[in-house]
Amino acid sequence: MGEGKMDKPLTKNIRPDRAFATLADYESTGGYQGLRTAITQLQPKEVQQWVKDAGLRGRGGAGFGTGLKWSMVPMETPQTRYMIANADEMEPGTFKDRMLMEQDPHQLIEGLIIAAYAIQAPIAYIFLRGEYHVARQRLEHALLEARFKGYLGEHILNSDFNVNIILHTGAGRYICGEETAMLNALEGKRATPRAKPPFPLVSGLWGKPTVVNNVETLCNVPHILHYGVTWYQGLGRGADKGSKLFGVSGRVNYPGLWELPLGIPIREIFENYAGGMRDGYKLRGFLPGGASTDFLLPEHLDVIMDYEAVAKAGSRLGTGMLIVLDDRTCPVKMVLNLEQFFAQESCGWCTPCRDGLPWTITLLKDIIAGKGRREDLDTLSGLTRMLGPGNTFCALAPGAMEPLQSALKYFRDDFERYIVDKSVLKESV
Amino acid sequence: MKKPFFTGLSAAEIEEINAEIEHYPDKAAVAIEALKIVQKYRRWISDDSLIALAELLDIAPAQLEAVATFYNLIYRQPVGKTVIHYCNSVTCWMLGSDQVSEHLCRHLKIELGETSADGKYTVLPSVCLGACDHAPVLMVEDQLLLDVNEKTINGIFER
Ligand SMILES: Cc1cc2nc3c(=O)[nH]c(=O)nc-3n(C[C@H](O)[C@H](O)[C@H](O)COP(=O)(O)O)c2cc1C
Ligand code: SF4
Ligand code: FES
Repeated sequence: MGEGKMDKPLTKNIRPDRAFATLADYESTGGYQGLRTAITQLQPKEVQQWVKDAGLRGRGGAGFGTGLKWSMVPMETPQTRYMIANADEMEPGTFKDRMLMEQDPHQLIEGLIIAAYAIQAPIAYIFLRGEYHVARQRLEHALLEARFKGYLGEHILNSDFNVNIILHTGAGRYICGEETAMLNALEGKRATPRAKPPFPLVSGLWGKPTVVNNVETLCNVPHILHYGVTWYQGLGRGADKGSKLFGVSGRVNYPGLWELPLGIPIREIFENYAGGMRDGYKLRGFLPGGASTDFLLPEHLDVIMDYEAVAKAGSRLGTGMLIVLDDRTCPVKMVLNLEQFFAQESCGWCTPCRDGLPWTITLLKDIIAGKGRREDLDTLSGLTRMLGPGNTFCALAPGAMEPLQSALKYFRDDFERYIVDKSVLKESV
Repeated sequence: MKKPFFTGLSAAEIEEINAEIEHYPDKAAVAIEALKIVQKYRRWISDDSLIALAELLDIAPAQLEAVATFYNLIYRQPVGKTVIHYCNSVTCWMLGSDQVSEHLCRHLKIELGETSADGKYTVLPSVCLGACDHAPVLMVEDQLLLDVNEKTINGIFER
């Protein structure tokens, strides 16, 4: 494949046979040209500015401006700075970073080297989820290739910039994906999040300024540098710039993952790419961006996948990975499954989250078992506020409340049927 | 199961751990990697291994224990020759992960979390394995099995 497919920069090397792009493959489609531009033509501050102007926003869930984040790192001090790629992908329903790393590992490596150059970090870590064995092997191989060709290590492309990349693998715990918990994990401590401020940008790994970026975010960077800001901006259809990986899982005809412009209507992803619902199933709702986003309904299908637009509809773009709820799955049981995940993965540091999630589960289980009372629904609503934004050290608890609060709003009848009209108990999921 | 006499970490283990230590400004940082290296050789982390490792990394055993017990993939109890993780997160749950785990356990005559009588298999739940477009999903040791059904499951035991 040549450089032709320029509306899909992130996946242009991805092949249907799932083989991975070697260094030669990667170079043949413009690989490492972005790094060349950055290092040989631009100052670190200019690289930050390019990424800021391009309008790239974090793909790890929160959508923070990437260039802006980099520009907040103190650059004048002589201290070490660290760059980290967040490759801990564990948000249920999310399978995008795995594909990027397994099939085009150099893209992440190039993005990470450019990011390290932009903040002048001599060391960069890839914090990779322990279960991603194939990604580990391919990244290890690609790191060797990059070192051998002089893209990584000392005097990169004959410049005086040096950076080493260290691949660190985790051992399975969702909270490690939260950036300050990740810092503790990398330091060998129990991975609980840290109180903020100070923010990692100022005091992160071993107390040094540290930037954490998602894998997909970093994969955008080489293309911005190689093809320029104007080209990049042209990729988005709405207010947001660039393309994004969108995926769909659940009872649709073609569950999968596609690179599409930001601003694409959800309906287009759902119908044209995922092929709509399987025979015999109807769409009842969906989580638009992973497990910790609010449910949306079929009436929201014309909302566009754009950070502000999805927020306006009452949810979040999150990871951009849709989880589809069909009419034969009980939304109350689905929420119970989600909350069990969050309760199990809570680090237990703050009381609302540590106690509130098990309590949520007890209430949901009682309701499903036919032992619920009407007041339980008010108690659940109370919990969504108690665990909501601002009451906990990290965003795990508020994220856990998003599917619950929206289910209470949109699927109230399903909750009430268990309580009032117990006929539902005889049905199975 | 008879407990083998613990004679300290092996030369190979120590060598691999030391190679990791070189990448970090602080020995304690290799805690996870070191636990994984020891587990690779011994299948699980016994109290003896934990104490020996803590000594090598210059940290208190309690600190290493706090790290070890935090992770789903570090086993503090003996496991079978092959560990089967089944995903029980949302998409897999919708598409039948309960049936998958029941089938596994029934076949092996165990409860979830247990090891089969012949010591060959342990079945554990896992969170989303990042392959939700192919739910339900299993991870057999390092290998992902996609779009799992009864036939795929039986295939595991015929290997
Ligand atoms: C509980 C929790 C888990 C998270 N897991 C991930 C993750 O697996 N991958 C990721 O990139 N970001 C994850 N995040 C978001 C990170 O904290 C951080 O915002 C992100 O890595 C920043 O990168 P970005 O700006 O490029 O998106 C998680 C956040 C929370 C609260
Ligand atoms: S919100 Fe939950 S996961 Fe986050 S710090 Fe508090 S207890 Fe830990
Ligand atoms: S929910 Fe099972 S692989 Fe994602």
